[in-house]
Parts: sequence; structure tokens; C-alpha cells
Amino acid sequence: MSNVILSIDTSAGTSIAVVKDGTVLSSRSTPDTMRHAEIIGSFIHEVLSEAGIASSEVTHVAAGMGPGPFTGLRVGIAAADAFAFGAGAILLPMNSHDAIALEFLDTDPENNVAVTTDARRKEEYVSFYTGLDDQGCPIRAHGPAIQKPGEYIVTDSAYVQATEVPASWLGVLAERMLVAGRAFLPFEALYLRSPDVTMSNGPKRVVQEMRGGQK
Amino acid sequence: MNRDAPLVLGIETSCDETGIGIVRGRELLANVIASSMDEHARYGGVVPEVAARAHLEALRPALTEAVATAGIRLEDLDAVAVTSGPGLSGALMVGVGAAKALALSLDKPLYAVNHLVGHVGADVLGEEGPLEYPTIALLVSGGHTSLLLVRDLTSDVELLGETIDDAAGEAFDKVARILGLPYPGGPQIDRVAAEGDPKAIRFPRGLTLPKDMEKHRYDFSFSGLKTAVARWVEVRRDAGEEIPIADVAASFREAVIDVLTSKTIAACKDYGVPRLLLGGGVVANARLREVAQQRADSAGVELRIPAFSLCTDNGAMIAALASELIMEGAEPSSLNFGADSTLPVTDIHVH
Ligand SMILES: [Zn+2]
Repeated sequence: MSNVILSIDTSAGTSIAVVKDGTVLSSRSTPDTMRHAEIIGSFIHEVLSEAGIASSEVTHVAAGMGPGPFTGLRVGIAAADAFAFGAGAILLPMNSHDAIALEFLDTDPENNVAVTTDARRKEEYVSFYTGLDDQGCPIRAHGPAIQKPGEYIVTDSAYVQATEVPASWLGVLAERMLVAGRAFLPFEALYLRSPDVTMSNGPKRVVQEMRGGQK
Repeated sequence: MNRDAPLVLGIETSCDETGIGIVRGRELLANVIASSMDEHARYGGVVPEVAARAHLEALRPALTEAVATAGIRLEDLDAVAVTSGPGLSGALMVGVGAAKALALSLDKPLYAVNHLVGHVGADVLGEEGPLEYPTIALLVSGGHTSLLLVRDLTSDVELLGETIDDAAGEAFDKVARILGLPYPGGPQIDRVAAEGDPKAIRFPRGLTLPKDMEKHRYDFSFSGLKTAVARWVEVRRDAGEEIPIADVAASFREAVIDVLTSKTIAACKDYGVPRLLLGGGVVANARLREVAQQRADSAGVELRIPAFSLCTDNGAMIAALASELIMEGAEPSSLNFGADSTLPVTDIHVH
């Protein structure tokens, strides 16, 4: 039986592709990081129509689990999970950096490559790869981990910023991993950081505040 | 598509409840609610990022449970519905992304609807028969405090007033903290207040002075009340006095409920509308229901309160509103709508 993979990644912009038995049938991508929720529906619709694939024919849904900015990242993961649920397809949670590594290493399988995502606050997410294995899957030697820029440096390594994550390569990798019998990630978004909340130490005093505000 | 009694699955993720509901026409088949309330307890209020993360995890289990409870097959659905707004944008986006993909995976039409109007729509699922119009609706929760004039559920809803600062539910949470009570504050205040005297302390009624009433006749404000409670408590704590927690809680609760119900009944009278619908999680407050009933009775207003599981945020109300739209021939939404954190009530159905 054929593997028909709908691949979805919103860890950077929005990228969607259909990959059948390792061949990319269609794809849509935009680097826009502000409109994931608006765009995702039409993109899914368009890639399926262009590929001539009915929703019920989709056997797997590859989901880029990040790392990436929280709000946008979740739109794609939620969509992938819901599509898999509706179509009765198998969800394949994946590391988004792996797709970029594969795109880079596909033409140069002996090279080293570090993939980075800006994590803001002077930090970045880094995954480091040392080439492709026998099955054509990137060998991840480190990460994804959050660190200061320059903290993890490998000489002779290429660096690629994950400003656009190609769902087409994510889908191609999903196919290779399926064929090779590789394990996919658990269903957990790769936030790599706790929610930004500071614990309050009880209610603030108002009497003082009021006095402070008066002259 | 069946437009007589459509089978609709609704997805609601506007705040801290992941709601999946399934209705057939006006019949409720499933109403699954997964709340992340416990995760917010340590912060003393809803943390948007925590809520959004919880939605993503809760979505699939809630979908699975709702479909099983309703005893339907997904392919039998006539449509998928989702809350487009108002609400927390990161939380809304999880539902919007999921709903679009679910609709596409099933080749079903998608209806994006308004959360606040959904609260009103929940009423059609009750056993008392369809709501008559027009009706005034008071929606009170941790996220909103809104007074609506509903001339028609699917086509004509007007916002008469809303809170200009904190939502009523938020005020309960904050005062609970002042009194050293746990989150969520509503049930805690309610519990403690049972032993207290509601007339012990006269706390301010926000936006009820004549000058405020001109501009904010149907608006609410609870920030000043919260500060007044804090000041009252601090002054006595500083003086080493024991705080009569039950009296403070009862008096605070009375102030909130007095303002909510008096402005609402005033709206019924001003607009000559003899019907009132309550919705939102604060409806769980027994004293609110009691005072609302008394004041509605003496004003000759029929009061309706849906079952509590339909008052808190839920997916069934979203499915119910979409079902009404479908029965009236409304066309599905496009695939291009987004999450709108400030969606006005006049946008009942987002295209
Ligand atoms: Zn609500």
C-alpha cells in the first residue's frame, strides 16, 4: 500500500505538502509568521486538490512539532492532529529542524550542518547534524537545545537559519523514516521554554499605591 | 447537507476550557469540556500561554470522547463549527486551526461563529422549548461581562454594555486572593459568604452614579470595587484587627450582584423586553441566580438559565448556534477567517 503523507509545518511560516511514496506531489509555503490560522485551511485544500488526493486517501499526517514560536507553531500541530483524527490517518510528530537538515544534506550527505531558530531574548534553538545515514535520514548529534548564540560551535559546520521550514522535505523525511522503521516524536510541541509567567507573591497593596499616587 | 436537523460538531477554545460539543438540530448529543483551570490556580488567574498549551493537548481526547458519547460516525456530520472570537487569541487559534483541518479531512462545511452569541445559543438546547425574541442576555464569566439585546439569535444581536475594566469573574478571583482564598474565587467567595452579612459593609456599586449612568447606563466596572475591598481589608489588617472574612465576602458579592442585576433589569424595562437569559460561568453563583429571579419576578420578566454545563464555555453552544444558522440557510464560512480576539457581537457568523 502507498504512503500518502500530508505534511504540515508552522514552526516558522506556514508550509504544507503532499508526499506520496517519497515523491512531492504538491506544496504551498509562505514565510508570513503572522497569519498561520488564516492561511492554513486554504493551503491544505490547495495541496490536496493539486495532488488529486482525496482527504480519505491520506494515510499519514506529518507534523512539525517545532522548535518555533509558540502561537504559530500550535496552529499547525492542532491542524495536523485534527486532520489525522478526521481522516483516520496516523499522526507523525517530527522535529522541524530535521526537514531543513535533510534539504541541506540531500545534495551533500557528508557535510555537517547546524540548524538554528531565533528564540529571542538573545537565545537560539540549535540542532546539529553530521550527515545522512544509510536510509537517507539526517543524523542528529545534538539538540534541539536552547542556548546563547555561539555557545555550540562546530568548526567546519554550515549554519542554516530555520526561517522557512519546507513541509515538502518534512514529508520526504517522514516517508524515509516510515520505510526505515524509525520512531517518531511523542505528541509534545517543542516549546523548549516554560510559559512566560511570573509567580505573584500575593495581592499588591493598594493603600500604599493610593498614597504613592497622591501629592 | 441536512438543513432540517443538522448534525454539527462544535469546537470552543476561547479561554481555559477546551469544549467539544455535538448537536443534531436542537438536540444535545455530547458536551465534553476539558478545563485547564487547575493549571492556572498557582498563578491566581488564567495565563493565556498555559491555556493555549492545554488546548493543544486536550483537543484529541475531547474529540474522541465527544464522538463516542454522541454515538455518531464522523462521516455523518453535516458541518463543523468553531469559535472565531472573542477570546484569547493564542487559545482561539488552536481551535481555528483544528476546525479547518477537521472540516477538510471530512469534506464538510465549516461555520465560524461568535463566542458570546454562542452563550445565548446554548439556550436552544434546553428542554423549555425555543427562546422567544427579543430577549436581554447577561453573560458573566471570568473572561467577559456583557449585556446583550438579542432581537434574533442568528441575525440581530446588539451589545448594550460590557465591563470597562475587569470581568465579574476576574473580580471574584482577585477578591478571593485578597481574602487568602484559593483560585477560582467564585465558588470560594460563595462558600464563605454563606455565613456572612451582605449588608455588613457598603462597598461601591461601579458606574451607578447619575453622572456615570448617562454615559455608561449598561456598562460595568469592578476594578474600583476590588480596590475598595482591598483597602478596607488592609486598613484593618494594619491595625491588627481580625478580618470578618464572611462579611467581606458577602458584602462584596452583594455589590457585584446588585450592579449586574439592577442594570440588567433596567435594560429589560427600558427596551420593553420581558425576557432575560443568563449565561457564563458566574451563573454558578447561587446568590446571583436568586437575586436575578427575585428582581425578574417583580419586574414581570421571564428568566431563563440554561443548565450549568451549557453556561460555562463549551462546544455544544457553538454547535447549537451553527445549527441554527444552517437551519436558516446560512452559507459556510470561507477557509480564510482567523482568530479575532475582539470580535464584536454583531458578527454572529464570520465569513
Ligand atoms: Zn464565555
